Amino acid sequence: MSDVTINPAPAIAADLGTDTLQEISPRQLAWIRFKRHRLAMVSAGFLIAMYLIATFCEFISPYNTDTRNVKAINAPPMSIHFFDREGTFHLRPFVYGYHMEVNPDTWMREYSENTEEMYPIYFFETGESYEMWSLFKAKTHLFTTREGYIHVFGTDQLGRDMFTRVFYGARISMSIGVVGVMLTLFFGVLIGGIAGYMGGIVDRGVQRIIEVLLSLPTLPFWMALSAALPVEWSSLMVYFGITIILSLFGWPGLARQVRGKFLALREEDFVMAARLLGAGRLRVIFKHMMPSFTSHIITTATLAVPGMILGETALSFLGIGLRPPVVSWGVLMQQAQNYQVIVMTPWLMIPGLFVVLTVIAFNLLGDGLRDAADPYNTGGNRD
Amino acid sequence: MVDNLLEIRDLAVEFGTDIGTTYALREVSFDVPRGKVTAIVGESGSGKSVTANCIMRLIQSPGRITGGQIHFSPNDVTAYDIAALPDKDPRLLDLRGGSVSMVFQEPMTALSPVYTVGNQVAEAILCHRKVSKEEALEEAADMLRLVGIDDVGRRIHQYPFEFSGGMRQRVVIAMALVCHPQLLICDEPTTALDVTIQAEILTLIRDLQKDLNNSVLFITHDLGVVAQMADQVVVMYQGRVLEVGSVRQVLKTPVHPYTRGLLAAIPGLATKGERLATIASVVGDADLITPHPLVTLADGRQVSLPSDQLAALELANG
Amino acid sequence: MRAYVIKRVFGMIPTLILISGLIFIVIQLPPGDIVTSTLDRMQSQGLEVSAEAVANLRAQYNLDQPLLIQYVRWIGGFLIGDMGYSYLFTRPVSELVWERLGYTLMITVSSLIFTWAIAIPAGIYSAVRQYSFVDYLITTIMLVGLATPSFLLALMAMYAGYELFGISIGGLFSPEYRDAPWSFAKLMDFLSHLWIPMVVLGLGGTASTMRILRANLLDELSKPYVVTARAKGVKPLKLLFKYPLRIAINPFISTIGLLMPALISGEAIVSIVLGLPTIGPALIQALIAQDMYLAGSFLMLLAVLTVLGMLLSDLLLAWADPRIRYE
Repeated sequence: MSDVTINPAPAIAADLGTDTLQEISPRQLAWIRFKRHRLAMVSAGFLIAMYLIATFCEFISPYNTDTRNVKAINAPPMSIHFFDREGTFHLRPFVYGYHMEVNPDTWMREYSENTEEMYPIYFFETGESYEMWSLFKAKTHLFTTREGYIHVFGTDQLGRDMFTRVFYGARISMSIGVVGVMLTLFFGVLIGGIAGYMGGIVDRGVQRIIEVLLSLPTLPFWMALSAALPVEWSSLMVYFGITIILSLFGWPGLARQVRGKFLALREEDFVMAARLLGAGRLRVIFKHMMPSFTSHIITTATLAVPGMILGETALSFLGIGLRPPVVSWGVLMQQAQNYQVIVMTPWLMIPGLFVVLTVIAFNLLGDGLRDAADPYNTGGNRD
Repeated sequence: MVDNLLEIRDLAVEFGTDIGTTYALREVSFDVPRGKVTAIVGESGSGKSVTANCIMRLIQSPGRITGGQIHFSPNDVTAYDIAALPDKDPRLLDLRGGSVSMVFQEPMTALSPVYTVGNQVAEAILCHRKVSKEEALEEAADMLRLVGIDDVGRRIHQYPFEFSGGMRQRVVIAMALVCHPQLLICDEPTTALDVTIQAEILTLIRDLQKDLNNSVLFITHDLGVVAQMADQVVVMYQGRVLEVGSVRQVLKTPVHPYTRGLLAAIPGLATKGERLATIASVVGDADLITPHPLVTLADGRQVSLPSDQLAALELANG
Repeated sequence: MRAYVIKRVFGMIPTLILISGLIFIVIQLPPGDIVTSTLDRMQSQGLEVSAEAVANLRAQYNLDQPLLIQYVRWIGGFLIGDMGYSYLFTRPVSELVWERLGYTLMITVSSLIFTWAIAIPAGIYSAVRQYSFVDYLITTIMLVGLATPSFLLALMAMYAGYELFGISIGGLFSPEYRDAPWSFAKLMDFLSHLWIPMVVLGLGGTASTMRILRANLLDELSKPYVVTARAKGVKPLKLLFKYPLRIAINPFISTIGLLMPALISGEAIVSIVLGLPTIGPALIQALIAQDMYLAGSFLMLLAVLTVLGMLLSDLLLAWADPRIRYE
């Protein structure tokens, strides 16, 4: 008798007085709802692709982050061609080399395509050697040229390939989001859980601290804390330092939600019903409360990632977050300190584009998950 | 004047959902006579509330009325089909709360928590008649007194959360009656209330109906309430009408197997110690899914049955 | 209501004490202090500093005393308006603060108003016309606004100003007014500069505010009391404003309190990019230079501002929602 499962589908069917609906488990219903969210599906695809790229960025990029091409300083993105200037079709795509001229008025380098130099693109080709995951040496790149050079996103003011740097940056920026959220989750669930479990004075104390932390403007405090990171720290330590700082102001919100949701769930009719039917304490928690709870946590976590990514970007942009030679999207954006960059070398803003796309994707995915997880939802979200 | 205030014919409502279209109402037909209480009875999901919402045109997307008519004749001269009115027809605003009003199931959430009770009752008057705010409040107070609220002078300035569930339902009833509607729809008005308060509210509705001589459409799943309240009964199942007749006919000599099932499932003193009958155990393998047209029998009641069973019935009745 | 106000106002005190303690710890975190960095500077210039002079310096900044005493002196001075001396700007901190606080407030408050002016109608529209073309359009614009880092928006605004209007945007005044006394012309000049940070800063908040309002309103639209009111014959537009919106706005009011910290955060970075004379840029300079009094005072003031914002939103909420008032 205690094996009561909450199955919303027949309830819906009954409400509408119908016989056309088949029985569907909550999980299937959630999947149906999620699939209907086409944007969330696209976002999930985009994020999976980005994380794959971030994982294998050594292989996917044609160069290393600090490889400099002195023939291409602040050079614009190249276009990939299939037809040469005579109009002949080449099955193997190719790029043209740069033709550089210094503008006599502005003293700026101006690049154009040099149709004399054709560099065919080879796939799974041997190129610069790199250390995959700092574990083993390899030389095979997804694509590169045998002669000449290829800069799909252009180069920066030191002649480094932006394509390479953007995807190496993805590894740092996108992992900071996930690691930061995991830390947040850990602290949030732990502290929220303890507060909820202990109750009384501990609960009230934690509530107060949470209130205080939530009322602080995060960025100035992030700034203060990251400025306090010792200069002599290694990049790895700075990375973790920044991640911890970012999650330091994230956990209170989560802890409060965890606690609130837990208390609210405890009062839900179906939990009460399960308890009255004689289900044990653990069974009530794991069989009845956890399912509603995990979906809620997953959604909250997904929606928390963008904040972390934006935080890292902002701090690094200001020069108090990650520091070169570490490559992150924020570090890359440091090159865009003034609007002249947009006018002169707009391709240096490409990392910003990736930030925006990733953040949008996380938001859409979170929305889709939330709608899918809540069987009674009416299209709005509940915070 | 037409005898029936409301004549519903072949009403159909569909809901488009994620996983296909649901037919909430199919060929629903029945009449609501003047000055009488008509009850719609059925289990959850039988379409009784949807029917009520159709009469006030409160069905909203993804639901829509796909066919049928709701003929409404408030007086000798006016008569129109509610189902055919365009969404923005001014007659709809006049109808809602003016000539037809509704009492809902959940008194706890049927009132906005941020306005005083007086404000919300008086608003119903202000929506339909050109009177000053003070006059409206005055009338609202009279109506609140009529539904049995004490100390109205003070209570009228209080918020809904300061009222108990039973008191709130009285407020909702006052709000519904304050414009003297010809039809009061009560959608399971006592389901959410304590048993003792249920009886009070039922008595109140019945007494007010006698005093004001309006029609009442009473929606419930409780056959005991039907016996106490109604003159006429409509039995619904899965969006269709199975049986229509007077209370005496339907409750004493039900014709449709489903109605018999419903009656058998009422726990009583006589059945103490026995297992309660379920619908399935009484109805057996009778096919409730296939629709059959409503046929009027010799004694005036209507029933929806397959032709062979109908023939057997006519034979038995002579 | 009065009891509620008193309760809330006094409830702020422990919060502020906690915050001040936290800030004190944060500004103590970096290794070294003003004296060591001053010494470093002097020694790099080849100056010999005697142990006695070091001790004098330490005493002057109260650095020779236990942390608790230092904290009490700092917060005590803060209460009477003495915020210490900024070695970075070689001026009393309070002067710097008052100079910059006004601009910070003006930018934050104007973007708050901008946020509401855009978010409220947009949120209502996209909730009522859910899944319409305009709903999608508004939601898309807001999503992009939410996802774009504010410094990127600021850069793009500067670019737009440069390309479209041929003016270089930055600062709060044109050069000719920068040191001029306040006049009508200066005010107009100020307002013509104010809108860029206002829009840039407001856009991020607009997106989240609009989403919250839209979601709340969608929730409320399906509540029974809305059906009751509709069944009563209330006209559609009045129905929307008097019933669901009136309640949807309540949780929205409580998010004002959370919007304040976000705006102040954003203000810091936008001001840095646009070169505005507000607290943000000075704070980051102070942090990098480890000018403890300055950084601490700025942090404290920003925190006080947000706590006041929270208080204001709580009081507004109590005023708007009788359920809280009567608690």
